[in-house]
Amino acid sequence: MSRIAFNSAAVRRKHLRREYVPIVSTILACMLSLLPIIVSSPMIPDFGFLMLIAWRLLRPEMWAPAVALPLGLFNDLVAGHPIGQSMAIWTLLFIVFDIMDSRVLFRDYWMDWLIAAVAITGYVYADWYIGTLLGNTAGFSVMLPQLAASILAFPIVARLVLSLDRWRLAR
Amino acid sequence: MAPPKTRRPGFSRRAQYGLFIGYVVAVGGVMLALLLLAVRIFDPQGFAALRGLALDMTTPISAGGRSVVRGVTGSGDAISNYFMAASRNAELNRRLEGAEQELIEARAIRYENMRLKRLLKLTGELNDEVTTARIVNSSFDSSRRLATITAGSSDGVRTGQPVRAPEGLIGRIIEVGRFASRVLLITDGASNVPVRAVRNGIPAMATGRGDGTLDIKPLEVGQNPFRQGDIFVTSGIGGIFGPNIPAAIVVRVTREETLARPLANPARADFAIVQNIYMAEADAPLEGGATPPSDALQAPPPPPPGTGNQAAPKR
Repeated sequence: MSRIAFNSAAVRRKHLRREYVPIVSTILACMLSLLPIIVSSPMIPDFGFLMLIAWRLLRPEMWAPAVALPLGLFNDLVAGHPIGQSMAIWTLLFIVFDIMDSRVLFRDYWMDWLIAAVAITGYVYADWYIGTLLGNTAGFSVMLPQLAASILAFPIVARLVLSLDRWRLAR
Repeated sequence: MAPPKTRRPGFSRRAQYGLFIGYVVAVGGVMLALLLLAVRIFDPQGFAALRGLALDMTTPISAGGRSVVRGVTGSGDAISNYFMAASRNAELNRRLEGAEQELIEARAIRYENMRLKRLLKLTGELNDEVTTARIVNSSFDSSRRLATITAGSSDGVRTGQPVRAPEGLIGRIIEVGRFASRVLLITDGASNVPVRAVRNGIPAMATGRGDGTLDIKPLEVGQNPFRQGDIFVTSGIGGIFGPNIPAAIVVRVTREETLARPLANPARADFAIVQNIYMAEADAPLEGGATPPSDALQAPPPPPPGTGNQAAPKR
């Protein structure tokens, strides 16, 4: 593998990779909800959301909070959520993460997982609550399998994001 | 690792303003998003065009992969059928004997039914299929139970129309794109379907529980009149869903609740049939201005007797 860029095209390519890998990977993760799977109860995690918080926890300085707005709109449109749901929750979460970053002095792998678990719980609860506002009468217990699956899937997604990040920044 | 201290972008005024404006945009965006959400809650049909467009753009992706997934699940069935061939054969023979007897009875009943209907001057045939489409995708990461079908407004699909499979009722249309639409499955927590038990004709309401099952609530108070294995068909009361579409089968009965599962599994159904919104003839607006009792609450007051039939509202 050549470590030196010999021409300007290679430089441009590496720049593109460094800039757009996080956004594109999150968009692709959102599009996983288009998989032709038909299930009768919510069991599968929202991978777009997991990817988003994994990138955010790994690289706190990379994204301004407003980045979550268009990504959330995209997720709402693709996954069929009411428009505004992911936009509001994701952006609010980014602001909360920013506040948290200025308070918490120490973070490691377990802390990241704990923070992600709290964020996932909040997200799943908000999704369910907005559903009830729209007339859904199902109890929150319906969401528990998905909640558990999401929390357990986070380390896998975080691993994936880590390797993507390594590839993104490789010279 | 300690979090990076890059939030404060040094002493540059420009960078500090940039960060501040970033937060202003984010907070404004959250406000806007909450507003959009409120619009959606108070007006369920809001942004129909935008959502329909998104549906049209994304459905081909799901539709392309669907055949692969069907092939995989189908092969599992084929293998188990091969191993269970002998016992299944015996069971099917036994069921066939029973079915032949019932078929003769059913023919007699159908004849009688036709005769009675002619007596009542009811038109029994409901030839109201709008279109046929494939189910290609369902929501799996939210509390709602929604599915996507490959037919939209260009095929005549409209919001509210019921969707069924040959085996039974699937749900109703809630969002329409040009080439694709979204179906609210009967297992969604917001879905209520009026049904009645085939065994004794007791009316009930089938409400989705969000986890693939239905809660059957009898309309009468008292002891739970249903038992395990009872089959429910739609009753056609209140319109929308036509009568006698198979809907659910009871899987568990307790003192308080009756748990049923839908007869049509959207994951297995080959085709979804979109039907016209059913309106019982008794509920149709009458000629001459009198309003039917079922929707007297939201109907405009009937015209005073003197004005005659020129003021009859066409609804």
